[in-house]
Amino acid sequence: MPNILAIETSCDETAAAVFTDEPRILSNVVASQTELHARFGGVVPEVAARAHLQRLLPIVDEALARANLRLEDIGCIAVHNTPGLVGALLVGVSAAKVLALVLDVPLIAVNHIESHIYAARLAAERDIFPCVGLVVSGGHTVLFHCRDALRFDLLGGTLDDAAGEAFDKVASLLGLGFPGGPAVEREAAGGQADAVKLPRSFLHDERLDFSFSGLKTAVLYALAGQSQPRPEPPPPSQRRADLAASFQKAVVDVLVAKSSQALRRTGLKRLAVGGGVAANGCLRSALEAMARDEGAELFIPPLSLCTDNAAMAAVAVEKWRRNEWASLALDAVPSWTPSPAT
Amino acid sequence: MALVGQLGAGKTHLARAIAEGLGIADSRAVTSPTFVLVQEYAARLPIYHFDAYRLHTQAEFADLGVHEYFESGGVCLVEWADRVPDCLPAEHLRIALYIAGETSRRAEITAIGSAYERLVERGE
Repeated sequence: MPNILAIETSCDETAAAVFTDEPRILSNVVASQTELHARFGGVVPEVAARAHLQRLLPIVDEALARANLRLEDIGCIAVHNTPGLVGALLVGVSAAKVLALVLDVPLIAVNHIESHIYAARLAAERDIFPCVGLVVSGGHTVLFHCRDALRFDLLGGTLDDAAGEAFDKVASLLGLGFPGGPAVEREAAGGQADAVKLPRSFLHDERLDFSFSGLKTAVLYALAGQSQPRPEPPPPSQRRADLAASFQKAVVDVLVAKSSQALRRTGLKRLAVGGGVAANGCLRSALEAMARDEGAELFIPPLSLCTDNAAMAAVAVEKWRRNEWASLALDAVPSWTPSPAT
Repeated sequence: MALVGQLGAGKTHLARAIAEGLGIADSRAVTSPTFVLVQEYAARLPIYHFDAYRLHTQAEFADLGVHEYFESGGVCLVEWADRVPDCLPAEHLRIALYIAGETSRRAEITAIGSAYERLVERGE
């Protein structure tokens, strides 16, 4: 198998990675985590396709340099073409198509969500399929029955806000910083998780769906009372820590309960978790405890593979083995609706 | 349609109701676009669902190509529209949501521009 260069531009992060068979990661570069910012005068808009345009080629160069390879050594291009922000995806897809064309190498289209689960496979360094997959990030909260690396049946997902989005918005309500996940987790460390009673949507329902919008609103009510338009000034510190801890516990309780239900329903004994929220320590330890109780194996990648990156696109290796190529007519597809479990 | 209101006011909920009104096949597809910034849904008219919550500048919103969407003949719903006032079309409908109680909301509808003034006057 050749060296595969992968490109990720589905949302905020511009990322590139090089990997080869097994799969083995040769390099993994994410723009916001490197010193590359300085090359653009320190101004990097969080979003906007233009930022991807500026960053992509230096990131690709960096990924090649760290792998000790030149562009000519690349024998295949992989790219996340769905789901994501269409303008952002288009930058990566266009670049990947041009590279495949000029290098005259095959192109592989990779699904960003499938990659998040594959990150757990990469970290495990052995097969983890079939498994229950939980992707929990700023943009997604979704449970799958992963039959193999590329065949996912949808078990359930969020009906409104993603879990990571709820963390960000509650951080904003509490006057904490951005990104909200780490900010809420730090604040929660000094609070009591049972101090404030907050809702846990669908906790005792059969359905494996999530809803975090009502939880966010409940934090607002607990904070300000329903008469006040906006919680100003920020609450006293102990109250704030208690709210952060109670909110975090409510999110974790639901994610753990639904994962456990999914394991029982599918009869599987493996749980793979991906996405930025998987970096949350409270979630990790609660999932570990649940997996122990269920007699299940838990696979969570390290932080660098939880948040958006291009190394997780190594699921392309599986596509290579199955001869699943993309044509140069490949398009960016902003939304992706997996087929439900039957 | 500019959807305005604080966190938890019900902007996404209202967007889902509008999508249902436009005959969307499965309104569970309507989720918060905060992360992805814009989502598209097929309904009687195409629906473009925007969210300016996490943008830092109005220019970033313009960079999404919003003006092309606004001119495309679909229904554009913009959450947190008050954060991107300069990017909104000269004529639009503004719906401000206020929390009136734990399970009730007050909506204030304002027509911006003559076409929408006529719509609101006719109660449509």
